[in-house]
Amino acid sequence: MVDIAFGPGRDPRPASGTSAAYLAMVRRRRMYGGILLVLFVVLMASGFDLAQGRNAGGFLQGLPRVLEFPAEVLAEAWEKRANLPGLVLAHVPALVETLNIAAVSTLLGGMIAMALALLATRGLARWPRLTTLFRRMMDAFRAIPEIVIALMLIYILGGGPVPAVAAIALHTAGALGKLFSEVAENADLKPVEGLSSTGATWGQQMWLGVIPQVAPNWLSYALMRFEINVRASAILGFVGSGGIGYDLKIAMQWGMGRYDEVVAIFLLLFLAIVAIDRLSDHARHRLVKG
Amino acid sequence: MTTATLAPDLAATVTIRFARRRMLSFAVPALILAYLLYAAVAFDLPGLAARARLDNAAILLSDFWQHKTHVTRDNRSGEVSVSIEGDSKAVYPADRLPGWVTMAGGLTTVDLGGGHVVTYDDQGARYVVPGYGTVDIRPDGNALALTAPQPLPDWINASNTRVTVTTDAGRFTYTRARVETFRYQPGWEMFLFTLDSPFHYMSWGELAASALWGDRVRADQPNILAMAQDVWTNRVWRHGDVAWAMFETVLMAFLGTFGAAIVALPLGFLAARNMMPLGAVRFGLRRVFDFIRGVDGLIWTIILARAFGPGPMTGSLAILLTDTGSFGKLFSEALENIDEKQVEGIRSTGANTLQQARFGVIPQVMPVLLSQVLYFLESNTRGATVIGAIVGGGIGLLLTQAIQTQKDWEDVAYYMVLIVLTIMAMDSLSGWLRRKLIKGE
Repeated sequence: MVDIAFGPGRDPRPASGTSAAYLAMVRRRRMYGGILLVLFVVLMASGFDLAQGRNAGGFLQGLPRVLEFPAEVLAEAWEKRANLPGLVLAHVPALVETLNIAAVSTLLGGMIAMALALLATRGLARWPRLTTLFRRMMDAFRAIPEIVIALMLIYILGGGPVPAVAAIALHTAGALGKLFSEVAENADLKPVEGLSSTGATWGQQMWLGVIPQVAPNWLSYALMRFEINVRASAILGFVGSGGIGYDLKIAMQWGMGRYDEVVAIFLLLFLAIVAIDRLSDHARHRLVKG
Repeated sequence: MTTATLAPDLAATVTIRFARRRMLSFAVPALILAYLLYAAVAFDLPGLAARARLDNAAILLSDFWQHKTHVTRDNRSGEVSVSIEGDSKAVYPADRLPGWVTMAGGLTTVDLGGGHVVTYDDQGARYVVPGYGTVDIRPDGNALALTAPQPLPDWINASNTRVTVTTDAGRFTYTRARVETFRYQPGWEMFLFTLDSPFHYMSWGELAASALWGDRVRADQPNILAMAQDVWTNRVWRHGDVAWAMFETVLMAFLGTFGAAIVALPLGFLAARNMMPLGAVRFGLRRVFDFIRGVDGLIWTIILARAFGPGPMTGSLAILLTDTGSFGKLFSEALENIDEKQVEGIRSTGANTLQQARFGVIPQVMPVLLSQVLYFLESNTRGATVIGAIVGGGIGLLLTQAIQTQKDWEDVAYYMVLIVLTIMAMDSLSGWLRRKLIKGE
């Protein structure tokens, strides 16, 4: 009875209505997709045109010249290739400074991020009312470009690595704080409850109940941040504080005649970045997958 | 029996593990501390304290939120001018002086507030400091004669040729060439209208009234347009240029990020194990991605700036190139993690490779890819500020210029606020788009 009542011969209209509606929906979605795509292409094209108009040189004129400068640099460096090993060695201290800047700022920023993340996570916060405040604080830290803090601190403190450390650490605190708090949100609250039943303070609850759970993920994020910070500290060096970026800038400003030095610094930076990426990739893989 | 022999063993291993963990929990912080101590020495922190210029910090912080107005008299010609920050572009016209400066027949009175009054007259100048007395200065031949209650406090700095009085209310300087009084007031002066605009002299209420029904200040345009024009062409704050620069920065990030996504999508397919049967192509492409990422945005920026010259296009190309490496890697990884069943289903209908990719793969990976692209868009907006500083485009250029002059700190504060607001806006925009596109509302 039931089978017959809902059998195929009964009333085909609802089915065809459904398929018509489905097709109409698909068509509408495709149309929206198409409109969005066209809009996007127009935006890209006009944006590129605008950017080109405000640029000193055009795209097509510049394109053949992209390889000119690297070729010039490499040719000179090849002529003086005997100097390269010595130059590479000479710039190792600067590289160490850049790496130190990145490491110290990741450490300091990571510590601030830990505190901020725990204070901003619902369910864990010391003062639940203030979670929004700490969240906004992290947003602001993330939004301030490193270069602004670095340049202002250079004005006050003079050059050197400290402005770069402060600038990168502040940004790291904001960026890692957000990721840390996303991880902490998923932490199991049972250990915290257990600890609080024994009368543990908030700090003890976090240190013994939450941190062990989230440590692998946090460490993995911190390592990823370290990779990013190595690059940031090289760039900040170029803009004004110490490290290998500064050496590169000086060598570049010298121009012809010092290109072997440019290549040496470049090689050093490249190898360091690749090595660090590899190591941290490997370490992160082991941390997350056990 | 067995349990009896096992138990001490277990206890022993547990105790050993506990001891090891306890040691670790002391060793790790100790190591970090040791490293930080080494870094403090390597970064010369003790020397830094000596090199730090705290007076610069004071200038910077006070400049951030307040401005000063100079009341200056040229002692040779006797001319008095009132200007903001001593800027020749910001001199008050004689008939529209601020209320705290009065000039009448060779006598200029500057009321600094709180009872502090400075008077310039034909004999010299006087500064009445409440709770102390009157500092009176007269030129005496080639030197200055100072009359003030003795002993002189340390906030009065006097020599034969120069007398400086610094109080909380302001700063007063007398030299033979001129006498000058600074009054500090909170706020960014002339932020909306410069002194040559008639709107500068109106209060908020008057502004609203004149915008809505007041007589036309300029015959050829309505007041509200005139106001907009005066703000946009403000010569001191240059709102128009700043808005353009900010737009350029966002444009660089937009073009760079989406351009990189467009370039990296096909490359990602070619580098994914399940899409590309030829191992050599995969290997080659992956090394290219590694190379691009390894060389780093800084170097690419420098190379491209040589070829294309300074400007926003160079910046966006630099972002494009750097991100192509990152996107290529991320996209190919995402493509390798797809569910093969859907592709099989499409293949079973007789679809060719392109159709399989379009209907079997793209719908699966699109949300993941888009969310990654949007994350990058936000961080590239910040990156575009730095790249702009290097290639000379956008707000990064204005910012570094303002910082390098070392006096326009209020401009720096303005740009900073603008950048932070823009990045926060981009952050919430990309978050909103992510939610909308990925979770479907």
